[in-house]
Amino acid sequence: MTLIDLANPTRFLALTARVLPWLAAATVILLTIGLYQSALAPDDYQQGATVKIMFIHVPNAWLSMFVWGVMSIASLGTLVWRHPLADVAAKAAAPIGAAFTFLALLTGSLWGRPMWGTYWEWDARLTSVLILFLMYLGLMALWRAVDDPSRAARAAAVLTLVGAINLPIIKFSVDWWNTLHQPASVMRMGGSTLDKSFLIPLLLMAIAFTLLFVTLHLAAMRNEILRRRVRSLQMMQASQKAA
Amino acid sequence: MTALSALIRRDVRIALRVGGGALIGVLFFLTVVVLMPFAVGPDLALLSRLGPAILWLGALLASLLTLDRLFMADHEDGSLDLITMSRTPLELACAAKALAHWLAAGLPLIVATPVLGLLLNLDMVATGAVALTLLAGTPALTFTGMIGAALAVTLHRGGLLMAVLVLPLSIPVLIFGVAASQAVIVGPMSFGAPFSILCALSLVSLVVGPFAAAASLRHGLD
Repeated sequence: MTLIDLANPTRFLALTARVLPWLAAATVILLTIGLYQSALAPDDYQQGATVKIMFIHVPNAWLSMFVWGVMSIASLGTLVWRHPLADVAAKAAAPIGAAFTFLALLTGSLWGRPMWGTYWEWDARLTSVLILFLMYLGLMALWRAVDDPSRAARAAAVLTLVGAINLPIIKFSVDWWNTLHQPASVMRMGGSTLDKSFLIPLLLMAIAFTLLFVTLHLAAMRNEILRRRVRSLQMMQASQKAA
Repeated sequence: MTALSALIRRDVRIALRVGGGALIGVLFFLTVVVLMPFAVGPDLALLSRLGPAILWLGALLASLLTLDRLFMADHEDGSLDLITMSRTPLELACAAKALAHWLAAGLPLIVATPVLGLLLNLDMVATGAVALTLLAGTPALTFTGMIGAALAVTLHRGGLLMAVLVLPLSIPVLIFGVAASQAVIVGPMSFGAPFSILCALSLVSLVVGPFAAAASLRHGLD
């Protein structure tokens, strides 16, 4: 089974219909274990119980970048290999990535309130994640602005790849800008390596969230394929009526 | 080579003559800067502190808004199809068009900077620093914005959508442009580090911009 075998949407639908229930079950089980382990994790000596926000916040932040990576590979698929499902994958991933990014921002700001005393700090990481969120929203706006999916796909693919080159540059410059403006105003977790009691639940949650993304992404791709079929059927019907 | 220089000369000439609208960018720049005192108050000390930031924001908006029609006019009269089909590589043609646009629309912004610096109570050194950073940084804005212009012509959409897509990409240029000018005015940073990074950003966009624009033109036009 290679990627080319999945180029046929019908075969893709059949395969994902078989795989999805297992993926969903695995996601639920891992999420349950992960959440349970996170609840059992000890309080931090400095941060108290708020440290548990980390178990949600970090996986979201990691996925916010991971999804852009998935979209970049899918964009290469659109532009280079002309894989027929690549643009479906890219389009389906954008809103999910935006949701993860938003959750990372939201949990970060809820975590920041007790820790830093403010919901929003122009901290380097928060700022660059906010820019990432803006870029996700821009991409989604682009998908919505153009009615021809293949035309929108190529434009979005170019923009996703340019974004993939630019994101590290933006991250670096925001870091630089931040150290220039407010040196060391933000308290970090002591720079210590994480204790095992935190690390294991965190890793579990990271795997669970990644599985969650894969499940949601495949389901969204199925929806997108079906949506396009419905659309082309409607157009056929309309042209028959007109004729 | 002659084809490229002919393209540059043609674009500059079109931009400067009736209907071109390259100088509208300068007018827009002036208007944005004149609006600022009404927003923050006519406090000269405050204005001179905000000066570099205001000038950079104005230049950023002016150069991006004029870019909107970089490929549009050529698409309407059909010359874009000729450029795409010619033996000159499309990447080079895109770079030439961007260069012509920068000559016609970007350079006037830099020439206008000393006058606007006067309005914002910037001294000679500060104005010179802002003008120098603009000279180093505006090519990056033009070459990044070109990607948006190419998408605009293939999607038949322009305006706000392109601004939303392209403006986040110009954040690094803004950061380092303002940082380099502030380094000259208030210190304590050295001018060299942010300025070299600004030049590096321009060089990177010089490479990435034409390729991305050519890719979206090649895939998008039909």
